[in-house]
Amino acid sequence: MSELLQVRDLHVKFVTPDRTVNAVNGVSFDVKRGETLGILGESGSGKSVTLRSILRLHPEHRTRWGGSIKLEGDEVLTMGKSALSDLRGQRVAMIFQEPATAFDPVFTIGHQIAETVRRHTGKGEADSWSRARELLEMVRIPSPAQRLKAYPHEMSGGMRQRAMIALALSCNPALLLADEPTTALDATVQIQVLLLIRELQREFNVGVIFVTHDIGVAVEVSDRIGVMYAGKIVELAPVEQMVDAPRHPYSRGLLASTVHDGMRGQRLEAIPGAPPDLAEVPTGCSFAPRCKFVQPNCIVRPPDLREMGGSHLVRCVLADVQEAGVAA
Amino acid sequence: MDSLLPLEDRGGPAQPLLLATGLRKHFPVAGGLLGRSRKVVRAVDDLSLSVAKGETLGVVGESGCGKSTVARLLIRLIKPDRGTMVLDGDPVDEPHGITVNELRRQVQMVFQDSYASLNPRLTIAETLAFAPKAHGLPAAEARARVRDLLDKVGLDPANYAERYPHELSGGQRQRVNIARALALRPRLVILDEAVSALDKSVEAQVLNMLVDLKTELGLTYIFISHDLNVVQYLSDRVLVMYLGKIVELGSVEAIYGNPQHPYTRALLSARPSMDPRRRTKEAPIQGDPPNPIDPPSGCRFRTRCPFAEDVCTRVEPPLADIGTQAVACHMRVVGSGHSKAATP
Repeated sequence: MSELLQVRDLHVKFVTPDRTVNAVNGVSFDVKRGETLGILGESGSGKSVTLRSILRLHPEHRTRWGGSIKLEGDEVLTMGKSALSDLRGQRVAMIFQEPATAFDPVFTIGHQIAETVRRHTGKGEADSWSRARELLEMVRIPSPAQRLKAYPHEMSGGMRQRAMIALALSCNPALLLADEPTTALDATVQIQVLLLIRELQREFNVGVIFVTHDIGVAVEVSDRIGVMYAGKIVELAPVEQMVDAPRHPYSRGLLASTVHDGMRGQRLEAIPGAPPDLAEVPTGCSFAPRCKFVQPNCIVRPPDLREMGGSHLVRCVLADVQEAGVAA
Repeated sequence: MDSLLPLEDRGGPAQPLLLATGLRKHFPVAGGLLGRSRKVVRAVDDLSLSVAKGETLGVVGESGCGKSTVARLLIRLIKPDRGTMVLDGDPVDEPHGITVNELRRQVQMVFQDSYASLNPRLTIAETLAFAPKAHGLPAAEARARVRDLLDKVGLDPANYAERYPHELSGGQRQRVNIARALALRPRLVILDEAVSALDKSVEAQVLNMLVDLKTELGLTYIFISHDLNVVQYLSDRVLVMYLGKIVELGSVEAIYGNPQHPYTRALLSARPSMDPRRRTKEAPIQGDPPNPIDPPSGCRFRTRCPFAEDVCTRVEPPLADIGTQAVACHMRVVGSGHSKAATP
């Protein structure tokens, strides 16, 4: 598998006259074709900001970027307008949390999908409509021919999310970005959409970055999981290793504090405190104020991302010590 | 700290704290010619439930199933079309019973949106003292109660009492909302998706706190959530709703260990697995929940049920007690005519 996307030392800063937010503070990862990278984080961890940076969706005049985002070798952060326009929708597509607001309410679903197909592939009117129909069939929308004529408000939430997936895949993108696409859906519908994404990902051999706050969802869809905290990836590992042996105190805390089967009556291991304010660039480890293993050198400088073997990366000064502890 | 303990129990431990019978709420939908359409959303349909003293009753279901409408009916934020309520032996809003105001003192509610539920122009202390003062508590005692309340929910009074809601994080604001719900020494607290908007690490802090408060103050909870794991963690009994109806009701062990209704089973197996080696292979049921404006005839789940038969279209299944739990499914009613039901 070849590297599809390379993100290196990405920094994203939002600057307004009143304040500055250091939303992303040095994020690096790769995505291959046919692979799903889950990015797990709580609100304000920078997971969505990272994702949107790949399409440069942030307002240009108050966003400062640093580092590099390369899609199949092309640098996204310095891309010109027309290249960026080809990138969006054609090479990289995105699905959002709220499909009701992602569609234009005054056009039918079929119109919006066919328009996208026409715009990016140069197909004629009739061809693009028949492609739209195929796409709706592919995402298993019942009676697709009729649904083409439906307006977004005439569909249920799950149906709209399927239609958005159809729209996203309409131009055979190489990379699909998913920003909490199942969070607003009901449980019985969520699992249907997750399975659909997994299946289409294999069929289209597309790279997927799946951003979520829900560990269960991340485990269900991802090959690898990156855990973000305060604008940094603190741990990145294949999904089995992340679930079985999380190394970073934050990932461990997150897994331990997530309620699941058989925890009734036990006290939950909550992580004390709250995430930091992102106005200041952190001088040490951002998690140090909430960490129960904190040491003096955690506060001095931010820890590096260390390779733990088996492509397991951890950003914690204790990673080696723990390994020694496990070995002994 | 005993200023926060609920007022004395009256009917004894065996008497249900809250008993609701035949609650119904239909919302008319405007539309049609001159807005005279007769369509209604059947949000809650003839629902009866009882809440025992000291228990936590979990309510689960998907969006539009009516779980929040139930909460609002129980605290009379909306008036039921039909149905009666009895709070510890006292009928509510009836000649010889208690008034709605008294009900709302004894039953309090915490909402999902921690910011929208606080007045942005009042400090935390003012918010917490508001109801006690309105109920005639002298200012000095109200101040003392505010300190007790903040202590109880783990916020240092010296640090937080004079802050405004926007100066707090989501988790801290939800602690304030819980403190406010406790300000009038209620007996029953309805938590409507109260931890759903919180991050996982903060959610765990608030759940631990809810467990502690319940024991310390002898509270009873109705815990409404779409998160089945959290409901399992907190509840003694669980009520499963689908399109305005109870489909199953029983102890947490029975509902999670041996679910009987096909919908409950689907809901439980739709949970993500948390084990990458045993991922979900197939969705337990297809499609979305239907629109509550025109719910299916007979059993409301039949349009998505893999076992639906003719009888399910014609007859609405009663909520039948089967010993460990109550379930509304023709397959569990003897002689219902369903091929999987026992014959008499």
